[in-house]
Amino acid sequence: MGAVLTASDLRKGLKLEIDGEPYLVVDFEFSKPGKGQALYRCRLKNMITGAQFDRTYRSGDKFNAADLEEQSMEFLYKDGSRYTFMNTSSYEQIELLEEHVGDAINYLTENLVVDMLLFQGRPIGISLPNFVELKVVQADPGIKGDTAAGATKPVTLETGFVIQVPLFIEEGELLKVDTRSGSYVERVK
Amino acid sequence: MLAGKRPFLELRSAALQAIRAFFLDDDFIEIQTPLRTPAPAPEPHIDAVPADGWFLSTSPELYMKRLLASGYERIFQMAPAFRKGERGRLHHPEFIMLEWYRLESDYHALMKDCHNLLRHVCAAIDRCANLHYNNRPLRVDTDWQHYSVREAFLRFAGWDPAASHEPDRFDVDLVDKVEPQLGFPQPCILYDYPIYQAALARSKPNDPTVAERFELYWAGIELANGFSELVDAREQRRRFLQSMEQRRCAGHPVYPLPERFLKSLEFLPPCAGVALGVDRLIMLLSGADHLDHVVAFPPELA
Repeated sequence: MGAVLTASDLRKGLKLEIDGEPYLVVDFEFSKPGKGQALYRCRLKNMITGAQFDRTYRSGDKFNAADLEEQSMEFLYKDGSRYTFMNTSSYEQIELLEEHVGDAINYLTENLVVDMLLFQGRPIGISLPNFVELKVVQADPGIKGDTAAGATKPVTLETGFVIQVPLFIEEGELLKVDTRSGSYVERVK
Repeated sequence: MLAGKRPFLELRSAALQAIRAFFLDDDFIEIQTPLRTPAPAPEPHIDAVPADGWFLSTSPELYMKRLLASGYERIFQMAPAFRKGERGRLHHPEFIMLEWYRLESDYHALMKDCHNLLRHVCAAIDRCANLHYNNRPLRVDTDWQHYSVREAFLRFAGWDPAASHEPDRFDVDLVDKVEPQLGFPQPCILYDYPIYQAALARSKPNDPTVAERFELYWAGIELANGFSELVDAREQRRRFLQSMEQRRCAGHPVYPLPERFLKSLEFLPPCAGVALGVDRLIMLLSGADHLDHVVAFPPELA
């Protein structure tokens, strides 16, 4: 159980537990009409399903902070659709299904360290480093003579992820990729 | 950051001068009363900030009425008021409140004052034309809207709050359904509140279910709250005790009864008073959509 909070603790970014699920306050407005009571109007986002809804709290309402913990985890290996991670301080291992790893599967290479978000001990999300380095495993040669500025071509990375890169990129090269946008940044020398 | 606030702070300075000139021209006396008080008015939903055993002023109301009881006919004050836990787009825990009172008057006189004051300030700072809030035009120089609370609730929320005592539903519907409709493009007076929404106001002689209280709205924003003052010391004590009980039940701190104020009520002639949020007025006049824009130092940057 997370700490007990009251309505006056509400603000954008607060994470609370409702009916056993973690919610993030994505929008918040304080209002207080005339001589009336304070109303704390929130837009809440379910941190597992992403579903959003509005709820109004009044002063005196109590609820629990979501019991969330972030742990540093090293990606060890993939076996079919199972991804195995290891806690970098306790060395405890944890296995996640591909559907729970989400878009992160595009960037996971062996020994990459990520922050894993756990709700009541269950993993619910992975935050990646902003930039990762990935090797190009398949690239068509650039078309000769095509010098149009900004021209790109698709290449396949070692994770199977396909991104657009400049024409000069070749198979076997190491690229710096932005995990927030899924885009090419530069060639790693 | 602070340099970018210059237009807002210049407008604030001009508005403050215009407000003062308006009242001084009408033979009001500008008053200053203590910012610390041993006993704030026991309002059910207003929390005071403790200060060395006393409390910071949540409003100068009780001091102003003690002056009225001693025969001061027209008084006004612009001073900081402090309310614990109030923080939002339209709320600062410390804000500038303008309060004024007229002896031998009722809330109708104050509605007229509001009308004249806003026109005067807009003219003085040259903001009568081209006023906008969230891309909607505002006007100060046309006839204002007037709704009784009953009319407004029947029209915008579909029920009569004077006929059923539902304070929670009242607050939620006021914020969600009624307020957003009030004060476009011209300001709006909402008047005659259910009696349970007015701890210090006189009840209406021909309808005891409502109090002679009004609020001024503009662009959906509450700007001022005024009423014909309750001058019955026994009734006031009864309502204060009721508020204190309400606070105790809700787990809020309970403040000592303001005995000196209650004593003075025995000598208070009929009168009326109103409080206006100066920062909110400046916000509307400057087209800002957040109080933080019109004060030099918002709470988190103090």
